[in-house]
Amino acid sequence: MHRIDCPWCGVRDESEFQYQGDATVSRPKFKASEEAFFRYAYVRENPRGWHTEWWHHVGGCRQWVKVVRNTLTHEIHVTGTPADKLAHPRKVKSP
Amino acid sequence: MSSQSNRLTKGGHINRANPLTFSFDNKIYQGFEGDTLASALLANGVRLMGRSFKYHRARGVLTAGSEEPNALVELRQGARREPNTRATMIELFDGLAATSQNRFPSLSFDFMSVNQLFGRFLVAGFYYKTFMWPSSFWESFYEKIIRRSAGLGRAAVESDPDQYDHSHGHCDVLVVGAGPAGLAAALSAGRSGARVILVEENPWLGGALNLQNDRIDDMPATQWIEAVSKELNALENVRVMSRTVLFGYYDGNVMGALERVNDHVAPPYSDQPRQRLWTIRAKEIVIAAGAHERPIVFDNNDKPGVMLSSAVRTYVDRFGVAPGKTVAIITNNDDAYLTAFQLHAAGIEVPVIADARVNPGDLVEKARELGIRVETDCLPHEAQGYLGVTNLLLQRSDGSLIEKIACDCIAVSGGYSPNVHLVSQSGVRPVWDEKILGFIPDTPIRAERSAGACKGTYDLAGCLGEGHEAGLAAAKAAGIAVAKSAVAPQAGPQPQSSIVAVWRSPGKGKAFVDFQNDVTAADIDLAHREGMVSIEHSKRYTTLGMATDQGKTSNVNGLALLARARGEDIPTVGTTRYRPPYSPVAIGAFAGHERGVHFQPTRLTAMHRAHERLGAVFVEVGQWLRPRYYPINDKETMTQAIWREADMVRKTVGMCDVSTLGKIEVFGPDAAEFLNRLYINGFAKLPVGKARYGLMLREDGHVFDDGTTSRLAEDHYFMTTTTANAAGVLSHMDYCAQVVWPELDVAFCSATEQWCGVAVAGPRARDVLTAAFDGAIDMSNEVLAFMGVKEFTWNGATARIFRISFSGELAFEVNVPWGYGEAMWESIYAAGKDFDLIPYGTEALGVLRIEKGHVAGNELDGRTTAQDMGLGRMMSSKKPYIGLPLSQREGMADEMRPRLVGLKPVDTKNRLRGGAHLVDDKNNATHETSLGWVTSVGDSPAIGSWIGLAYLKDGPNRHGERIFAVYPLKDEVVEVEICDPVFFDAKGERLHG
Amino acid sequence: MHYSALSLLWQGLKGHKGWGRMWRDPEPKSEYDIIIIGGGGHGLATAYYLAKEHGLKNIAVVEKGYIGGGNVGRNTTIIRSNYMLSPNTHFYEKSMQLWEGLEREFNFNAMVSQRGIINLYHSDAQRDAFARRGNAMRLAGIDAELLSPEELKERVPILDFDNARFPIEGGLCQPRGGTVRHDAVPWGYARGADSRGVDIIQNCEVTNIRIEGGRAVGIDTNRGFIGARKIGMAVAGHTSHIAAMAGIELPVESHVLQAFVSEGIKPLLDTVVTFGAGHFYVSQSDKGGLVFGGDLDGYNSYAQRGNLPMMGHVMAGGMAIMPSIGRIRMLRQWGGIMDMSFDGSPFICKTGIDGLYLNGGWCYGGFKATPASGWCFAHTIARDEPHALNAGFTIDRFKQGRMIDEKGVGPNPWIQ
Repeated sequence: MHRIDCPWCGVRDESEFQYQGDATVSRPKFKASEEAFFRYAYVRENPRGWHTEWWHHVGGCRQWVKVVRNTLTHEIHVTGTPADKLAHPRKVKSP
Repeated sequence: MSSQSNRLTKGGHINRANPLTFSFDNKIYQGFEGDTLASALLANGVRLMGRSFKYHRARGVLTAGSEEPNALVELRQGARREPNTRATMIELFDGLAATSQNRFPSLSFDFMSVNQLFGRFLVAGFYYKTFMWPSSFWESFYEKIIRRSAGLGRAAVESDPDQYDHSHGHCDVLVVGAGPAGLAAALSAGRSGARVILVEENPWLGGALNLQNDRIDDMPATQWIEAVSKELNALENVRVMSRTVLFGYYDGNVMGALERVNDHVAPPYSDQPRQRLWTIRAKEIVIAAGAHERPIVFDNNDKPGVMLSSAVRTYVDRFGVAPGKTVAIITNNDDAYLTAFQLHAAGIEVPVIADARVNPGDLVEKARELGIRVETDCLPHEAQGYLGVTNLLLQRSDGSLIEKIACDCIAVSGGYSPNVHLVSQSGVRPVWDEKILGFIPDTPIRAERSAGACKGTYDLAGCLGEGHEAGLAAAKAAGIAVAKSAVAPQAGPQPQSSIVAVWRSPGKGKAFVDFQNDVTAADIDLAHREGMVSIEHSKRYTTLGMATDQGKTSNVNGLALLARARGEDIPTVGTTRYRPPYSPVAIGAFAGHERGVHFQPTRLTAMHRAHERLGAVFVEVGQWLRPRYYPINDKETMTQAIWREADMVRKTVGMCDVSTLGKIEVFGPDAAEFLNRLYINGFAKLPVGKARYGLMLREDGHVFDDGTTSRLAEDHYFMTTTTANAAGVLSHMDYCAQVVWPELDVAFCSATEQWCGVAVAGPRARDVLTAAFDGAIDMSNEVLAFMGVKEFTWNGATARIFRISFSGELAFEVNVPWGYGEAMWESIYAAGKDFDLIPYGTEALGVLRIEKGHVAGNELDGRTTAQDMGLGRMMSSKKPYIGLPLSQREGMADEMRPRLVGLKPVDTKNRLRGGAHLVDDKNNATHETSLGWVTSVGDSPAIGSWIGLAYLKDGPNRHGERIFAVYPLKDEVVEVEICDPVFFDAKGERLHG
Repeated sequence: MHYSALSLLWQGLKGHKGWGRMWRDPEPKSEYDIIIIGGGGHGLATAYYLAKEHGLKNIAVVEKGYIGGGNVGRNTTIIRSNYMLSPNTHFYEKSMQLWEGLEREFNFNAMVSQRGIINLYHSDAQRDAFARRGNAMRLAGIDAELLSPEELKERVPILDFDNARFPIEGGLCQPRGGTVRHDAVPWGYARGADSRGVDIIQNCEVTNIRIEGGRAVGIDTNRGFIGARKIGMAVAGHTSHIAAMAGIELPVESHVLQAFVSEGIKPLLDTVVTFGAGHFYVSQSDKGGLVFGGDLDGYNSYAQRGNLPMMGHVMAGGMAIMPSIGRIRMLRQWGGIMDMSFDGSPFICKTGIDGLYLNGGWCYGGFKATPASGWCFAHTIARDEPHALNAGFTIDRFKQGRMIDEKGVGPNPWIQ
């Protein structure tokens, strides 16, 4: 069971959050090509390991929180705001 | 009433002063406070307690704990009947009633035991190879028989009358198990000041400590346990939870636990839950879960009376029960000698200790000094007896028979398997320790450590020392300052025990590995011969370890036998994955209070009581309860009421609670730009004081939601969403504002439960509202034209009035603060008396909107485009918006997609049905010829027949044509005429009245 | 060896010494005509139909662990063809028809039990949505019935018709739906494929797909390079990972779906019931355990294990409609990794690379699809073109805007 460190509220249980998917894709500018929007909407790296993703704090401050989480171990490395650039840990821990 | 013929005259931690009466299979017995059902039955000389799964073999109790595979009973009766309850874990209470299961007609005479005669055919996987002919016989014949003979106990069929609670625990150190290692850990961590939770499955503390013989800190075990218990209970930072089992080790160092709050007493227990499910989050975990003794696999090793050596000892030591009059002992290690000594001390005859080892060590001498015969290099050959053991046949390791020993109980020790269940769930792989012939945990991955028997340390001093150190280390890791001077509880040294592997004592009969599922050694060999080489295949093919005991006594024997068959060592074979729960948990405990009407919250609008007073019939709309219709008397049917309500709105006036719509207040200098990007149509140029219908798309170009949004000020909009999508739209807006366009200066919040609303619709709507608000607001066409919005003050509160219409009539929606809702409803209703006002519900609302061709939930099914809905013209070409790029894909922009039309039955007597498909030729109705489907239907007073909305391929170009609505589920075919979806007042004149 | 009551009887008398291996354990050859990556249900079925329907011989299935260890061994065993949209409708019906003949076809009793599947509905709108589906099925020649509350009460007496939070108004039933003994499926296909000469190579992990000149030429494995003229990927749960070896990007995310089984009890429920409003479905196995499933855990995951919150939700869903099951104990929970495609429908198609074929994106429809998936994938590989049944299951459909979205939730796999 995840506990997510919301940058605004502090550490909270996963039950307060709604998962919202891959945060490495960002919405293209309106002028971008259909292909760019296609990739944004549909193409996912789907990594086995560290994943940067959105968790929406719906049961709290309603902010979108960026989370680096391991899809194998469910360990959370770091959290941040949408503006934060979050790095993955250097070494992937074994499960 | 039977006497307790096997109760020892003294000893045991039972309260002989409190005899308890109970029944098993309707026969009345007596036991004592402190007994389990198993110990009380044994005390009464009852050995036969159950029947096995497949062969229906007679079975007695094997263990004295939660690993019990055999002695499963139905506990209690009626709605509280609880199948498959382990007799070893049932604490005796007065009036307890238990019944044997999986037998017919009785436990001692079970017809299904005929399966034993066919046992040679019913081997592992036999069902994969037969029952295939004739194929129609599987469901109708074979499967019925299999299902009836399989299964175990009978579940209750009435609603579970008990309550289940949920709780959360948080601690620095969670200690699993209150045996010597666990107690030592709780003590050292607790004394350091760490917040400790100590969890013990049994009602008592002390685990496998021998109450009569063990000594710690120069005290008898009983006294030490009492002292520790007292100290732990006195520490404010320590919580001791007995009768609680930790069943799962989950992500984030969370453990699931089940507390049996009232299972040990007779129901009812008013105001108290039966069980409580705990979610415990621990910084550090000390696992001191002990070890399970395992049986030796030999012929007929499942006869009632064959018990684990440690269990025999426990029955004597804790319960003062002689499991038999004559107890033969077979072993491959030292442990069973302790059992022999305890039996001897209790005056029970021990005819032989059959030790598989050639040179067992010092204990042999001690046994012989006591006059107990010890045979070394000696293995069991076969247990004999009908419904219980009468003889034990012994053999040498070369298979030569020695002799037959008369006995009514056989105590078996095949060594111990450390309990690595929970630690394995944490992701740690168990590793094989050849010295103890058992799996022990590898290096921890999570914040946990093991101590004592669960990591292969079996001597008391070692367990105490490891527990002590683990407690200190855990506290320290949790950030607690730990005193260096702390001293572990002390116990005397114990001789090193040796063990020799006996995975299958030679024999040709049925030798059981997994007792409950009737998996024999031959089954494992057979599975291997058939190519089930992987342990996972072997498990699945033979069902080894898949019974309710989770393979606690059988797993290691099973994989050792597979290793033998493969000619490989045990570590190469490996284990199967351990999955939660460690021991089975009642479904009710997981559900907790979320049952019946409390499964999900029920949302009521501010006007709910007013609807109740009007006799409304309610309907579930998501979590909301909304009035469906308001019958005027008992005789009016729903159909009549809906017709009347819809009719009256068009003729006079009606009022409807629309509070459940999602409402969002949007503020900020960039609010206009923000909405412009969300909606497909423009909102930037919407004048202040005006409302506009808006449609938004998902990023993939499909319609997401619709609603009316008003501009209340330059920088203030009031948005409405559909009831169903209120939360989703808000999340979408959060994403857009925070992630996509953080540069926009916009803020918004949900106001769904701040504003409640009433729609007043019909030719007399203005009259009603003018009277209701006593002229507080001018609603004339000049001041409040169609799509106009005004704020006004009503009874001191801000009210908003919107000249919008879902029904197509002259209509207003009035919003007031939630707390004013009921008063507003009553005011309007009272004012309406003079104008023939009626309240109308969701059904009439639906009819009215279908008459006007307005789309709603049924049309917004997440697969439709704006064009499909006939709203393509709303898609702005002057600005970009969410969903535009991907809505241009060829499959989305295809003109031939099903698009919105209206339908009328050609014969106006016919009714239409939602979910019908549309075809050109009723005689050629197929999946391929289906041109679309009916989304919404209603019996329209305005049109005088049923009408419907539908999606139809090329629909807008086919108005006036006749096709067929087919509904094969009811074998119905209705000829329909395609028409414009706006059935009534196509020019919209009534809106402007 | 042929399986029958007679052979069982004969072997029983001889101590079962004569049963041979169900499949061999061959060393990989240096080259095959066709390699299927993934020894799950779909991969084994594909190999089986390649050999049986297309007469191909030189085929290998390579499996990282043991066969049937993925989702075919960890599901809720349900089969059904109650789909609404083309091409799902005909595809899943093909699968149903193959299930119906499976035991005879491969002489292995997979215990296909057509005990019916019932989707409960709780409102008129839900009824109409199910009617649209049911009518679509009937138009496609598939069985479907709308059950009234009275009929439902007779069929499933343990449902709560008195006190449920969402009153039960009826159900859409597919009588031919049901359950299958899941483990028997990979074993049966493996046995059938093996007897037709297919090499099933376990403990063989693919580390790379070799592509030369736009053409797949073989795979690197922990047991060396194996050449192939054609390669099919059937590794649900790990499709992104394997496809990435060939540089293919997919609209797929991996998510955990949990399943649960209770202790065995005497017959209580003789059909499959799904309770959409509570995200819950249940059936009872022949062994007596109630088998439950619910929603995805709801976040990207490759962890083949269950978690606590979803377990609570699923059990609550069960108690909500069947309040008598409270005292039955939950015996085991487990998790499978779902290939969640972005419209809820699968891929059985060619890729942009010659000789490389994709089977994946099964979401949670994979188990019931096994026979038809293998059948269609075999066709696609053997003929180098899709069968009409799977022609719509392409990767391109997303670019073309022709999604097959039965749920209508759009590209959000965690709620798909």
